[in-house]
Amino acid sequence: MQVHQYSSNGYHIILDVPSGSVHVADPLVCDAVAAFLAYLPENVPVTEESFRAASEKVKESLSARYPASEIEEAAEEIGELWRNGTLFAEEAALPRLPVIENRPTVVKALCLHVAHDCNLRCAYCFADEGEYHGRRALMDFETGKKALDFLIANSGNRRNLEVDFFGGEPLMNFGVVKQLVAYGRQREKETGKRFRFTLTTNGVLLNDEFAEFANAELSNVVLSIDGRKEVHDRMRPFPGGKGSFDVILPKMKAFVEKRGTKQYYLRGTYTRYNKDFAADVLGLADLGFDQLSVEPVVADPAEPYALREEDIPELLAQYDILAEEMLRRKKEGRGFTFFHFMIDLSGGPCVYKRLSGCGSGTEYLAVTPWGDLYPCHQFVGQEEFCLGNVDTGVVRKDLVEEFRKVNVLSKEECRTCFARYYCSGGCAANAQHFTGKLNGVYPIGCELERKRVECAIMLKAAEADAAR
Amino acid sequence: MKHIETLTTKSLCETAKKGGCGECQTSCQSACKTSCTVGNQSCENKNNK
Repeated sequence: MQVHQYSSNGYHIILDVPSGSVHVADPLVCDAVAAFLAYLPENVPVTEESFRAASEKVKESLSARYPASEIEEAAEEIGELWRNGTLFAEEAALPRLPVIENRPTVVKALCLHVAHDCNLRCAYCFADEGEYHGRRALMDFETGKKALDFLIANSGNRRNLEVDFFGGEPLMNFGVVKQLVAYGRQREKETGKRFRFTLTTNGVLLNDEFAEFANAELSNVVLSIDGRKEVHDRMRPFPGGKGSFDVILPKMKAFVEKRGTKQYYLRGTYTRYNKDFAADVLGLADLGFDQLSVEPVVADPAEPYALREEDIPELLAQYDILAEEMLRRKKEGRGFTFFHFMIDLSGGPCVYKRLSGCGSGTEYLAVTPWGDLYPCHQFVGQEEFCLGNVDTGVVRKDLVEEFRKVNVLSKEECRTCFARYYCSGGCAANAQHFTGKLNGVYPIGCELERKRVECAIMLKAAEADAAR
Repeated sequence: MKHIETLTTKSLCETAKKGGCGECQTSCQSACKTSCTVGNQSCENKNNK
């Protein structure tokens, strides 16, 4: 049994962690639930008898603060939730560790590094300014074809396959991207598989030809921009040091206009240099963009722009500012989506997905320009993580097994975290970078994730409120 | 209910019965590329709705 209660923007929210149920309640119910948690027996399933006994104690403990009839009603409603499995639910109803770790997996997504080269020199680039601690290189069509064939051959019965064109800057190798998409479409017909192609670009080479191609073939395009001009230019300059904002902004505007209703994201990174990042998100929204994602930097703690523990209160406050402003703008008819505040409370992923995480190293692999396989894009260039290549397939089965064991249930720190079924244990690469262990956790990332989950749920509560 | 409004329509425990088909999107592919978030994804298993 685990219940997380919090108040945000005037809403009192009760999250029943094992069932994933979300309730919005009045202060009386919040107090009553807290009292139930104190009086229900620990570590054993709740029974009618123990519920009744706790209920009596709850009523007594609240009698000085609320009218008896109101307390009675609240206790009855709480009882109804318990009986329908949406409050004080038992974790025992969910799959356990062996079930998750022994589930057969297939490869269902590839990150194709079609260019280990870049036309920008972003200061925080985990890809070592596109080179991934190796040499500059472009993927050729033959290697890409082998990668797609590898994906098909290793995808079992799974129909939907995902391929992200990544870099460096993938549009420096647009010709091969087009060839690979055409090849993928041909293979779809032969195999019954369905490719979802996506591409992540810094925007420098965006043009009409790419926009037309993207609208016909790409299910999502991620455009990298950090927000305000001065923030963006500080971290994302050209090789000569000149900022890239003024070059990419008009191109991104034109691209998004042509994109129509199809999916895109403007994706930014915030660092210690722009802890007031809500202004960057809102700045992008002011420019007319409406699908936004701005995320904390992943960096060596020694870097001056790396986020520090002492920054956390300020960063958390920024998420509140952002959420409240999003509500205001929505009411005014100029709403936008923010990736980390999106949450699906009705048709969200099943518990298996929530427990097993991003799939890096098992379901999701990255491919270098010369065809080497890595557990994900963040590990590329760290040779000790090379899993094999597109000719040999995965040869480091030992590493795959290690990645299979990276999940929420295997992480000590996640076991009591209320957000564990939303973040699914976080990023293995972050964990490796910060703790030296795949199964570690990155505490700053955890704090930020918990806050984002709280804000996301609050926004749903406000949405329900507005619909009444 | 007078005091409580429930926003969710499906409990995680129910998804344990029919879930696990694996047809859903890989979380990192969707937009983030640096942080794992699955709560915002949609289930693609028609039998699990």
